[in-house]
Amino acid sequence: MSNQSSQAEIVRNSLNRRYRKERRFRLYGMLAIFIALAALATLFVDIIYKGHSGFVKTTITLDVPLDPEMMYLDDPTDADQLSMADFVAPIIAALQEHIPEAETAGQKRELGRLLGSYAASEVRDLLENNPDLLGTTQTIEFLAHDRVSTYVKHADNPRYSIKLSEQQQRWVDQLLEKGVIDTSFNDVLFSRGDSREPANAGILGAIVGSLLTMLVTLAIAFPVGIAAAVYLEEFAPQNKFTDFIEVNINNLAAVPSIIFGLLGLAVFIGLFGMPRSVPVVGGMVLALMTLPTIIISSRAAIKSVPPSIREAAEGVGASKMQVVLHHVIPLAMPGMLTGSIIGMAQALGETAPLLLIGMVAFIVDVPGGFFDSATVLPVQIYLWASASEQGFVELASAGIMVLLTFMISMNALAIWLRKRLERRW
Amino acid sequence: MNTMNPSISAEADMQDQGPAIPVRENNPEDTVIEEGKTVGKPFAADPKFKLRNVSVSYGKDRAIKDISLDIGRNEVISFIGPSGCGKSTFLRCLNRMNDSIDICRVTGELLLDDEDIYHSKRDVVELRARVGMVFQKPNPFPKSIYDNVAYGPRIHGLANRKSDLDDIVENSLRKAGLWDEAKDRLDSIATGMSGGQQQRLCIARAIAVSPEVILMDEPCSALDPIATARVEELIAEMSESYTIVIVTHSMQQAARVSHRTAYFHLGHLVEVNETNKVFTSPEHQLTESYITGRFG
Repeated sequence: MSNQSSQAEIVRNSLNRRYRKERRFRLYGMLAIFIALAALATLFVDIIYKGHSGFVKTTITLDVPLDPEMMYLDDPTDADQLSMADFVAPIIAALQEHIPEAETAGQKRELGRLLGSYAASEVRDLLENNPDLLGTTQTIEFLAHDRVSTYVKHADNPRYSIKLSEQQQRWVDQLLEKGVIDTSFNDVLFSRGDSREPANAGILGAIVGSLLTMLVTLAIAFPVGIAAAVYLEEFAPQNKFTDFIEVNINNLAAVPSIIFGLLGLAVFIGLFGMPRSVPVVGGMVLALMTLPTIIISSRAAIKSVPPSIREAAEGVGASKMQVVLHHVIPLAMPGMLTGSIIGMAQALGETAPLLLIGMVAFIVDVPGGFFDSATVLPVQIYLWASASEQGFVELASAGIMVLLTFMISMNALAIWLRKRLERRW
Repeated sequence: MNTMNPSISAEADMQDQGPAIPVRENNPEDTVIEEGKTVGKPFAADPKFKLRNVSVSYGKDRAIKDISLDIGRNEVISFIGPSGCGKSTFLRCLNRMNDSIDICRVTGELLLDDEDIYHSKRDVVELRARVGMVFQKPNPFPKSIYDNVAYGPRIHGLANRKSDLDDIVENSLRKAGLWDEAKDRLDSIATGMSGGQQQRLCIARAIAVSPEVILMDEPCSALDPIATARVEELIAEMSESYTIVIVTHSMQQAARVSHRTAYFHLGHLVEVNETNKVFTSPEHQLTESYITGRFG
């Protein structure tokens, strides 16, 4: 009897120790989650803090007198006259309306530098397209110069150096007060390609480039990956050669992505003579990189189809092909799709291999097809991040936010697809 | 004792415990089985399956050792025996379900209506349409009840019109005793049914392709007693039109449903006889030991 009670006591004492251990173990887990979440939150806060100003543009709205004498232009349809005409003069004149103190040539020059360097060509384009406007006064919204933009957005931020003269700063303050200089949502970012000037630079070219590249990647990697997975899992004989292929696929998944870029450069561009910087080649390289991921995840999905379902189908006389097509693939599809989308998201964020095949070029035009020179989102971010002008820094962060949005939506799509397909089955 | 190393002391313990187990006069483990020798009545006058000198090996392991047996037309025969005796392996040879296992090798003569089912030109799909199978665990497809039953007829092209298919589905479900429960929810997903219903659905699915033989691999082992009783009733009804081979762990079940019973032991077919004979006066000593519960 006493023996039993002492044993119960031992158990009770050890229980406490066990519970303490369990609590500690749980604490470690929670700590790990906390660290991961904190890192993620820091990343997001930092990017949003740096990048949110990239979504804001600074504009200067002026009533520009399109005076023929001022511009030395009396026939806007004449190409010679257009190329000789002075489109800066009316802009300066319009600015002088608001800043009457600027009279000397030097002051006028400084005044003109408040606007982006594309201001003159905007006036020119307007007149070229609408010759009737000559002699009238037009309200035009110009993009402010990058320095003005930085001053307006970050005057209080010590991380930015203000490169405007004292005089210019005073003028900008005056113009701000009058509402001539204003900030609004940066639609330029989503409607243009890259530019030498931050105010004019947009990310649309990179978005389209990324979409085209991803389409090529998907079109190659998805069918090839799934076919390979199905064959290896369902049809391949179990022999040394199959083992060899398996080992190699697993190894390929671990190969640094830049190696795939080298391969693309040597084979697609060097051997097959395909053009550089185009989405087709980029997509092919990324497809090679994504293939192992898709194959491995698809095989895992196929493996997880319960053998009882195969037996059931075989039992009623389904052929191998029918078992695979009617039962295995539909049941494995959610897993296959998830793997593919995660592989695609990985490819979307890939930079290194694309640098090697020339998708790092400065490209202003939005690509119109698979064989147009293009760049992709992560490369565009890389270009902007390494640019010297201050305005590009916030654009790079804004670009990261766009890229992250794409990735999060792709992952959300993967989760949604899996949930949906699983419910159906 | 303390000076001994643990493995030796463990052995010593076992020896110590030795006398605690009652020693039987005729320990079944000592019985030598002569390969290929089966007592009782393994042969039938008009066999559906004629199996001669069948051996199955997985790599080097011989799972089935030289078995000869006839399975009669419209007969219900049950395979009993201790775990790992090869009864399931042998059953799976009858519709070549072992084909998918690479290392499995079947030798001997297996004739279905005098045709070799392992002939190299024999199509396994056609064989399985004639020899259906019901598995241990109910394994309906994760589809609707209707689609489960209709799957076999569809892939074999047995019904050209939707109405034909509807008839096949209804008949099969009726034969499986599931029609009344399922007719109002043919479109609902089959995996939502109870275990017993699922197993009867699997039987309906098997008979939808109108096979001649139905193989059942422990069809009731995952079911509760009431569901088991229903399936057993069903087997009795089906025996009028089908040849049924059933592997079972329950001797009562074998006694209830089958005409003949075959006792397997370590890959040997020890005894085959009329069921009541096997259970009342077994000829072989091993059979007797098994049915009296001395091992198994």
